[in-house]
Amino acid sequence: MSSLSRDDVAKLAGLARIEMSEDEMVNLANEFTVILDAVARVQEVATADVKPTSHPLPLKNIFRSDVVAPSLSPEDALSGAPAQEEQRFRVPQILGEE
Amino acid sequence: MSISYDDVVAKYEPVLGLEVHVELNTNSKMFCGCATTFGAPPNTQTCPVCLALPGALPTVNEKAIESTIKIGLALNCSIAPFSRFARKNYFYPDMPKNFQISQYDEPICVDGYVDVEIETDEGPKVFRVEVERVHMEEDTGKSLHVGGATGRIHGAEYSLLDYNRAGIPLVEIVTKIVPGTGKYAPEVAKAYVAELRDILRSLGVSDVKMEQGSLRCDANVSLRLIGAEKLGTRSETKNVNSLRSVERAVRGEMIRHAELLNAGGRVVQETRHFQEDTGLTRSGRSKEQAEDYRYFPEPDLVPVEPDAAWIESLRATLPERPSIHRKRLQEAWGVPDKEMAAMINADVLNIVEATVVLGADPIKARSWWLGEISRIANDKNCAIADLAITPTDVAEIVALVNAGELTDKLARQVVEGVIAGEGKPDAVIAARGIKVVNDDGALMAAIEKVCAEQAETAEKVRGGHIPAAGALIGAVMKETKGQADAARVRELLLGHLGQL
Amino acid sequence: MAAQLAAGEVTSVALTQAHLDRITAVDTDVHAFLFVDTQGALEQAAAVDAKRAKGEKLGPLAGVPLALKDVMAQKGIPTTAGSKILEGWRPPYDSTVVTNLKKNDIVILGKTNMDEFAMGSSTENSAYGPTHNPWDLTRIPGGSGGGSSAALAAFEAPLAIGTDTGGSIRQPAAVTGTVGVKPTYGGVSRFGLIAFSSSLDQAGPCARTVLDTALLHEAIAGHDPKDSTSINAPVPQVVQAARAGDVKGMKIGVVKELNGDGYQPGVRARFEESLELLAKAGAEIVEVSAPNFEYALAAYYLIAPSECSSNLARFDAMRYGLRVGDVDGASAESVMNLTREVGFGKEVKRRIILGTYALSSGYYDAYYGSAQKVRTLITQDFTNAFLKADVLVSPTCPTTAFKIGEKANDPLAMYLNDIATIPVNMAGIGGMSLPSGLADEDGLPVGFQIMSPVMKDERMYSVGAALEAALLSKWGAPLLDLAPVMGGAK
Repeated sequence: MSSLSRDDVAKLAGLARIEMSEDEMVNLANEFTVILDAVARVQEVATADVKPTSHPLPLKNIFRSDVVAPSLSPEDALSGAPAQEEQRFRVPQILGEE
Repeated sequence: MSISYDDVVAKYEPVLGLEVHVELNTNSKMFCGCATTFGAPPNTQTCPVCLALPGALPTVNEKAIESTIKIGLALNCSIAPFSRFARKNYFYPDMPKNFQISQYDEPICVDGYVDVEIETDEGPKVFRVEVERVHMEEDTGKSLHVGGATGRIHGAEYSLLDYNRAGIPLVEIVTKIVPGTGKYAPEVAKAYVAELRDILRSLGVSDVKMEQGSLRCDANVSLRLIGAEKLGTRSETKNVNSLRSVERAVRGEMIRHAELLNAGGRVVQETRHFQEDTGLTRSGRSKEQAEDYRYFPEPDLVPVEPDAAWIESLRATLPERPSIHRKRLQEAWGVPDKEMAAMINADVLNIVEATVVLGADPIKARSWWLGEISRIANDKNCAIADLAITPTDVAEIVALVNAGELTDKLARQVVEGVIAGEGKPDAVIAARGIKVVNDDGALMAAIEKVCAEQAETAEKVRGGHIPAAGALIGAVMKETKGQADAARVRELLLGHLGQL
Repeated sequence: MAAQLAAGEVTSVALTQAHLDRITAVDTDVHAFLFVDTQGALEQAAAVDAKRAKGEKLGPLAGVPLALKDVMAQKGIPTTAGSKILEGWRPPYDSTVVTNLKKNDIVILGKTNMDEFAMGSSTENSAYGPTHNPWDLTRIPGGSGGGSSAALAAFEAPLAIGTDTGGSIRQPAAVTGTVGVKPTYGGVSRFGLIAFSSSLDQAGPCARTVLDTALLHEAIAGHDPKDSTSINAPVPQVVQAARAGDVKGMKIGVVKELNGDGYQPGVRARFEESLELLAKAGAEIVEVSAPNFEYALAAYYLIAPSECSSNLARFDAMRYGLRVGDVDGASAESVMNLTREVGFGKEVKRRIILGTYALSSGYYDAYYGSAQKVRTLITQDFTNAFLKADVLVSPTCPTTAFKIGEKANDPLAMYLNDIATIPVNMAGIGGMSLPSGLADEDGLPVGFQIMSPVMKDERMYSVGAALEAALLSKWGAPLLDLAPVMGGAK
C-alpha cells in the first residue's frame, strides 16, 4: 500500500513553492494514500513492451521561420505587474543563487 | 600550507568535464518571434510566450534547429533521428515559466569529439575530447539587484527584471569525462574551449564573445590518486569569462582539491564561482541536495525528426575545419610555428586572412595586426575585433605603402585616425593632409635649407662623419612635417654632401 | 436567431440587449457569469449591425451573442480561470479562439464560471462560488465548464465556448440538457487557453442544438501556427453533416465497458432508448470492447496533475496576478510560497502536489511513465474499435446532476463522474454530448455521448443530428422547454 507521510508532503510543497499549513499537509497525506492506491493500478498493464505516448497525434517537425514578429509594447508587457520600476518588473529580494 | 602545482600533479590525476553554452545569433528567439538584438530598452522585446503569460504556447525556431545540427556535425556527432524537448522544472524569477524548455534524455546530437593540440614537454600532442551531447534550450531574463553594496544578489533589497533575453536560443555542449590529461588539464581545457569557439565562429552560428556572454563555460574538476580507478568528487566552476580564466580556474581547482585531500578533508560537490581578480573560486550553491528537476517531455511541442536529406544538405554547408584551415594558411604563408601561435593566441588569424585575401602581403598584414593595432587595442583595453579598423582598411593602407604613397610612419598615423573614428583611410589622409613628399625638388629645397641652418653639422658630414647626418635628416623630416620618405631624404642629403 | 439577423428582422444590438437583460434577471440565481461585458458586447453588436447595413457579406453566426468560459484569454477583459490568483488580471492579448470569434462577428457577452483552472466536475471548485443548475438551483451544473452550460440552459446565451480536458464540456452538457463538443485534439487552437493539462486540453463549441454547435465549431476550428500541436488540415465538414443527420448504414459501436452497468437507472434507460431510435434511423448497433478503459481514470489522474503542476508554476506573483506577503524584509521565495498557498484552492493544490510527486525522480517510471503507457493502450483500444464501428457511444456520465456539496469532500467519488469521458481525451479523438431525455427517478437531464475517430468529427454530428431529430419527434418540443421557468420569459 503506497502512502505519503506528512514529511513527504512537506517536501513536495517545498518543490511546488506552496506554503502549506500543518493541517493541510496532514490531511493531504491521508487523502493521497487512497488516491495513490487507485492510480497505482496503471502499473498493472504498463509493461516494458508498451511505448509511452506523450502526444495524441503523430505530428513532427513543426517549425517557425526565423523571422522577427512584433513584440508587446512595454506598457502591455508590464500591464499585469504587481510592482514595477524603470520599465522593469520589481520583485522582492531573491535569496537563491543565480 | 599551500602546495605547488607540481606537487599536485605528482600525486593526483585530474578528470575534467566541460559544459559550454552558446548563444545562437538567430534573428528571433528560440520559442517566439521576439527580436534578439542586444541592448534594447528593458521589456521591449517580450511577448505572451517569453513572458509566460497564461495561455501562451512555444513554437520552435527552425534556424535554431539548423544551427544546432550544424554544430553537432562540426563536432563529429551523430544527429538523432528522433529527439524531443523536455521541461526542466524549477522556480526562479528570471525564468518566467518556472520551467526551462530544454532537452533531457533525447538530445538532438550525441557522441562526437574535438581534437585539440597543445604544447607539452615532449612537443605538440593531440588530445581527443569526447562530446557526450549537444542540445537546445532557452536563456533566462536578466535581473538587476538593487539596494545592496555591490549590485550583487547578496544584500540586495529588491530586484528588477528585464525579460528581453528570456527565450534567446542556447545550445549546450557537454563533454564526456576527460581523463588522461595529467598536468596539462588546464591547457587542454583552454584549448578545447578555444577550438570550440573557432569552430562555432566558422559556422557563423554565434558571435562567440566570452566577455559578452555569448559563449559561457562551466568547468568540472575532480582529482583521484594516480592509478586509482574510482573518480573523485567534482566541483563545478561557473563565471569563467575568458580563455585565460578557463585555464586558471582548472589549475586553481586542482590545487584547492589537492590541499583539501592532503589535509584529510573531503571535496564537497558544489557549484563555485570564479573570481577574476584572485584566480580563486568561491563557494556557491551546494549541489549535494540536487534540485529535483522532474523532467518530462514538453507536451506543447512535437518531436524533432530530421531526415537524412536535410542533415546531408546541412553537412554540405559546413566550412573547412579550423585546425585544417590553420595548417593550410601556415603552409601557404610560410609562417613559422611561433608566429602562427602568436596570431592564434591574439585571435587575429581570421582578420589577417581577410586582409591577405584583399591583396596584402601576409607578413605585412600580420605585422600590422599583431604590432601597431594590437598595441592600440591593449591601450584601449578592448579586443582587436572591436576596433573600428577593418581588414579592408589595412589592405588599403598596405597597398598605399607599397605604392610609395605612404611611409610606414605616415601609415601609422592613418591607422590611428581610422581607429579614432575619423573615417576610412582616404578620408583620414585628406582630413589630416597626410602626404608623402615624393618631389625631389621639394626635398632638395628642404635639405638645402637645413644644411644652411646647421652648417657646422653639414660640414662634419662632408668631412666623412656620416652619423652626424642623422640630425640633419631629423631636421628635414621636421621641415616636411614628417611627410618625407626618410630613406629618400638620407639618399639625397648624402648625395648633396658628397658622401654617396 | 441568425436567420432573423440575416433577414434584418432583429438587430444584433437588440438581440444582445435582450440577453443582457436575461442575465440580469436570472444570473443572481444561476451565477453562470463571472464578468458581463455590457458595454463591450453592445459595441460589438453595433459594429456588426453597421456592417450589415452597409451590405457586407457576413458569416452565418454574425451578430449572435456568446458566453466565453473564463479560461480563454480575451484582451482587456478580466480573465480569472476561476481562480483568486488571477483576480483582476486583464490579458494584453486575445486567444486564437477569441480572434476567430471576432472574425466571425460573434458578440462576446462575458466570461463564464468554471472549476478553478478547469479542475473539477461540478464548478464547486470555483474561487468565486458555484454555478447553479437551471434545472434545479440546488444542484451542480457539471464541471469544469458549468458556467457555459448553465448559461445555455438558462437562455442567457445561445452559444458558448467551453474547454474539455477529461469531460469538462461534455459532462456539464449532459447534466444541463445542452449540447457540447470536444473536437479532435489539435482541431481548435490552444493559444490563449490557460493551460491545465496540455496534452489533453481542447476548446470546443457548446449550444442548445446540434446544428448551432456545428456552426460554432466551424467558426473556431482550424490550424494555428502559434500552436505547434494544432492540426494543419481542413476543418471537418460538421455543418453539412449536422444538416443532413444521415446515419443510414453507419455502424454505431456500444463500448461494453461503458454501457451503463452500474450507472443510475434513468441514465441507462435513456441510453438504451437512444440506441433504439438510432437503429430505427438506419444505423447498425454493434458491440465493441475496450479492455484498457478501466485504467483510463487512473492514468488521467497521473498525467493531468503532472502537466498542471508544471503549467501552474508560472503563477508566482512576479509578473502578473495576485501578490501576497510583500512586506519589509520578505523574500521573493516567501512571497511566492504565500501567494500560491492563498491564491490556489484546495483541489488545485491537491493536484499540484500529486503531479509533483508523480514526476519526482524515483517515481517517474512508476507513475507518470506508466500512465503514458496506458494512454498508448487506450489509443490502441479505440483504433481497434473503430475498425468495427464508425462511431462509439455511451452514456456521457454515470449520474444526473447531484446536489451542491454532496461530493465535495470525496475527491475519488468526484473523479468517477468522468469515467466515460476521460478515454476520449486520452486518445485525442472527438467527443460529443447531447441530451437524450430526463431520468425518470429525478426528472433531470441525461446525456448521450458520441465518439468519433481523429479528424472525423463530422461523424459525431451526423449521429447527433439524427438522434436529436428523432428525440424531437418523440418529445414534440425541445427538452429545455421542460426546464423550470426563471425570471420571466425566455
